[in-house]
Amino acid sequence: VNKADLKASIDQCLQIGSYAEARALLCELWHKEPTAITAAFVLSRRQCLRESSGLKPMRVRILRSFTVEPVIPIFRAAAAIHGLDLTVDLGGFNTCAQEILEPDSELYASNPDVVFLAMQTRDVAPDLWDGIADLDAAARAASIERVCAWFRNLIRTFRRNSQAHLVVHMLEGPACRSEGILDVQAVESQSTAIRRINQSLRSSAEEHQGVYVLDHEAMVAECGKSQWFDERRWLTARLPFSSQALGYLAAEWLRYVQALSGQLCKVLVTDLDNTLWGGVLGEDGFDGIKIDAEYPGGIYRALQRTLLDLSRRGILLAVSSKNNADDAMRVLNEHPGMLLRPEHFASMRINWNDKAQSLREIAAELNLGIDSLAFLDDNPVERHRVRTELPMVTVLELPEDPAGYAGCLRASPVFERLSVTDEDRLRSSYYVQQRQQRELEQHAGSLEDFYRALDQRIEILPFGQNNRARLAQLTQKTNQFNLTTRRYSEQQLLALAEAPGSSIYGIRAEDRFGDAGIVGLAILKQMDETAEIDTLLLSCRVIGRTIETALLSFLVNEGRAAGARKLQGWFLPTKKNAPAASFYSKHEFTCIEENGSGSLWSLDIECSQVSCPEWISVVRPEGCLAQ
Amino acid sequence: VSDPAILDRTRRIVATVFDIPTDLVLPESSPDNLENWDSIQHLNLVIAMEQEFGIQFTPEEMEQMLSVELIAALLEEKLKGCEATHGR
Repeated sequence: VNKADLKASIDQCLQIGSYAEARALLCELWHKEPTAITAAFVLSRRQCLRESSGLKPMRVRILRSFTVEPVIPIFRAAAAIHGLDLTVDLGGFNTCAQEILEPDSELYASNPDVVFLAMQTRDVAPDLWDGIADLDAAARAASIERVCAWFRNLIRTFRRNSQAHLVVHMLEGPACRSEGILDVQAVESQSTAIRRINQSLRSSAEEHQGVYVLDHEAMVAECGKSQWFDERRWLTARLPFSSQALGYLAAEWLRYVQALSGQLCKVLVTDLDNTLWGGVLGEDGFDGIKIDAEYPGGIYRALQRTLLDLSRRGILLAVSSKNNADDAMRVLNEHPGMLLRPEHFASMRINWNDKAQSLREIAAELNLGIDSLAFLDDNPVERHRVRTELPMVTVLELPEDPAGYAGCLRASPVFERLSVTDEDRLRSSYYVQQRQQRELEQHAGSLEDFYRALDQRIEILPFGQNNRARLAQLTQKTNQFNLTTRRYSEQQLLALAEAPGSSIYGIRAEDRFGDAGIVGLAILKQMDETAEIDTLLLSCRVIGRTIETALLSFLVNEGRAAGARKLQGWFLPTKKNAPAASFYSKHEFTCIEENGSGSLWSLDIECSQVSCPEWISVVRPEGCLAQ
Repeated sequence: VSDPAILDRTRRIVATVFDIPTDLVLPESSPDNLENWDSIQHLNLVIAMEQEFGIQFTPEEMEQMLSVELIAALLEEKLKGCEATHGR
């Protein structure tokens, strides 16, 4: 299909109100040719994007020392295709210092979400850009320090005056190094000077929340320095780069804006045949598919490596493939060329169903919104189908040549993250454990069989230096299985732990699928003959597995060992803690008081017993009162 | 301009870049009589054509692009030059 026909079809769809179809075609047009003309076309027809998948508004301000105007339509069109409705304001030429330093400036008044500080080396450090040959070592050092201090001051002042995210362009070297091959021989060269400034920029960014750096040099390198710079255009229009460079800058900005927008893809759903491996399993067979270190198998291996990298970044992987499930599972389990194995996938749909249906099921199974899915498939018909049926799913447009698949995925803005926590790195394994549990649940006859097969072990941890951050975080984040929803800071927990009569216990859970980490907390307060449960909570990862009963049994023993005759506790209902509502009644507590905020429950622990489920083994801390 | 198709295509590009209906873009349209044809839009237009045809305009050529007709004529000349150098 040529561009003109595609554009005509889009306009026809818009006329009859088929927005999802228009949107699908518009996405395909954009990926085919992301140019200024396409950008103008996309922006004038972005209504169909708004109607079918919604656009999240974001306000961006660009402080710059060069002409960026021609980049803006491309930036906005690319963002619209990715679900963002950008308002872009530009600062004046070289007025960034005034704008940042003046608290009443338009910069702060415009209340942006993201601010780019796009300064070029030739504007902030002209002596290092083309006058370096004139400078001795001392003058170079002085110049470097001047630039670093200038940036430090701007970043600090910006942070004081604004809540917005700040993205600072690092400095780039010229197309030709001023001192030629001498540059790389010398210790204090032009390249070194620029590198020193960039290192200082990174440290300044690290010192502040919400400040990030952009590797300008790497972006230029992606395009190629000789293709990037256009001196004539710089001298005539203050546009430093060529027409082909614009798209690289727009794409780089979009990566940051997308990562900061919160509109992130959390799951990548991939096809199998001709995507994860070369060939069609049903036709070529186990031994015929291409997946090894040579050509063409290496192309698919590179894609698998990319998926693995994304999974380490916290993005879940899932499979949607039209295939014979047993054959495909055999490849995933046994094929020596595969890098990805079943344990990398949080959900799998290998069947002959419609893929839109499979994607809906995957989202439901993982308990995530369908808009957090991205879809990877070599077949343009499947891609188009998913685009029109589920406009909120991010469908990755792939080049015709499979050799470009991995690069295309790595370049996509939807998987960009500006930070990765330990929790992100482990997320994939948690979800895979849950999938394996669900499979076990389906195979187990009764619920008790399922609990037994889980082989659960919990360890009660005394409050301490090594777990207090996690325990405080649990009180702050746990909403569902939480009896009182009392939020504590680390400092408050510390004070509680030291107060006479109160004890804090953490719970670590493990089962046959792995270690779930510290997933629960209880706070017990002892007063005379009454022990009160101040807090009892479990992460949603482990609810519905009788761990709460094991924990309660432990608390009963603790209370009794400390001389209590009654164990009591409040249930304080919130919008979210319904899963904990029947906890006390299920364990035969009696309601002894009710008021506007909740109910108080009590159990006579002199005569009543709460026994630990036989399928859970409990490890108690040393020095613990209960036996 | 000897090729009417090139004139037509130029008009459509101008209309798309300036976001106005093609009917409003005439051969004699110029920065003097089209309201939003300022220096930044001129740069946008030049870039759009460079990307579309894979060509480059020199600063001297940019100065000659004073109307839609002149732009089309220049485009025609440059595209011929491309064909000649590519031996087509």
